[in-house]
Amino acid sequence: MSSEKMKLTLRVWKQKDGASKGRFENYVLEDANPHMSFLEMLDHLNEKLMKEKKEPIEFDHDCREGICGSCNLMINGIAHGPQQKTAACQLHMRHFKDGDLITIEPWRATAFPIIKDLVVNRYALDRIMAAGGYVSVGTNSAPDANAIPIKKRDADLAMDFATCIGCGACVAACPNASASLFTGAKIAQFSLLPQGGPERKRRVVNMVDQMEKEGFGDCSNYAECEAVCPVGISIDAIARMRREYMGAMKG
Amino acid sequence: MPSLLHALQTTIGRKILTGITGIFLTLFLVVHLAGNFSLFSSNPEAFNAYTEFLHSLGTLLYLVEIILVIVFLLHAYIGISIWLRKRKARPENYSVYKTSGEPSRQTIASRTMAITGVVILVFTIVHLFTFKWGPGIAEGYVTYIDGQEVRDLKRLVNDIFQNEFYVIGYTAVMILIGFHLRHGIWSSMQSLGAMSPKLSPVIYTIGGLIALALAVGFLFVPIWIYITGGV
Ligand code: HEM
Ligand code: SF4
Ligand code: FES
Repeated sequence: MSSEKMKLTLRVWKQKDGASKGRFENYVLEDANPHMSFLEMLDHLNEKLMKEKKEPIEFDHDCREGICGSCNLMINGIAHGPQQKTAACQLHMRHFKDGDLITIEPWRATAFPIIKDLVVNRYALDRIMAAGGYVSVGTNSAPDANAIPIKKRDADLAMDFATCIGCGACVAACPNASASLFTGAKIAQFSLLPQGGPERKRRVVNMVDQMEKEGFGDCSNYAECEAVCPVGISIDAIARMRREYMGAMKG
Repeated sequence: MPSLLHALQTTIGRKILTGITGIFLTLFLVVHLAGNFSLFSSNPEAFNAYTEFLHSLGTLLYLVEIILVIVFLLHAYIGISIWLRKRKARPENYSVYKTSGEPSRQTIASRTMAITGVVILVFTIVHLFTFKWGPGIAEGYVTYIDGQEVRDLKRLVNDIFQNEFYVIGYTAVMILIGFHLRHGIWSSMQSLGAMSPKLSPVIYTIGGLIALALAVGFLFVPIWIYITGGV
């Protein structure tokens, strides 16, 4: 193990709260190792800082297995770091080298205000969901399985879009800070299923309006979102959202 | 259902408008290039006959010109407003920022759309002053087709492209238009939702080839005239 020790210099964004000005702070970690996950590496640093009675680095995390979408870290200029289709919590230190300088920044977008250090407020995504990312169903008793026939192909595709974990990496990586991939994934998912039918037109109109109100940018079709998305949602979702909108216009 | 006016002011509406206007302008470039190539026709008066034919359309030509100007300005206005909106959506930039690579379409071409666009805008104004509102019959650029006195635009083109500044300037701008269209043609299809994961790489390649063909086609004329001394 000792031969696998990695010395890292971490350049981390520190910011007291939303109202304060932030700055970068450098930390040297002498004994990281390649088997650590990125978050374990940060835990390790924080333990040391606390032992030294210094303030630890605040970062968001929960599941640590790529399903909750809270570990939003901009690592060396790429959302979720250098490994594609991987959330920051699933990233391992073996993708870095001994002696590396690693810059860690929070998601930067007007719609994602910084709470502290690397933690941002992503409620804007929840408000987009509340504007139409739901279906109306009876909740009194569980319906029979397979009562509504759905083509296998559509069900699979809807499932692909439904894998979005709402992490916001698409916004963070987008040169325009657009939330089109997130919103597109939600709309595309419901558009493929009969359960999404009743609210279909209202949904796309209201969710797109909400995206606008939250102050996200426009989509310039850079497709950077697809490249950083930890679950690989395709920009096909955005094309589908646009078709849905045009469909809603037809009345 | 939203009103059309509301829809056009959403992020979707803005993209549909840039897409439609972008395709319209690209089609205009195709027609324009075809016109340019009549310079190389075996009939030496083909180019002047073509420009004379356009002017003989009278009101119809004005109508087309007005539509072109509106489409052009609308495209430029929305393009620049998308770019300005970005600065509001992320006022503080990352200190380190990199693309994650494929399947990203973040390239020099896509990142410079606003810059290449503004160059096209300025170039278009200069271009119109050089040719459309440039020297005509009164300044001696006269020729005769079927005994009729017409403007000798072909000689003006030949004269202008003896000047290396024009040749270099035009070549540079045509390369930038090629960059604009390298991202633009594919992007317009994605903006209009006319895309699927299978189609996307195909359209991206075709878009690149059309961009290349248009850029090379346009810059060929000034360079050829400069090298050969005129057509
Ligand atoms: C011959 C003239 C032009 C042609 C053929 C052309 C073509 C295109 C096309 C096909 C697109 C893609 C549309 C889309 O993304 O949906 C585009 C985008 C764009 N154009 Fe042009 N364009 C021209 C002139 C201009 C001018 C004069 C400007 C600005 C002054 C401009 C600025 C832009 C910008 C900023 C975008 C990107 C929009 C975005 O980020 O979504 N273009 N153009
Ligand atoms: S689309 Fe991908 S990057 Fe965007 S929020 Fe969903 S999982 Fe994250
Ligand atoms: S911590 Fe849950 S996705 Fe990373």
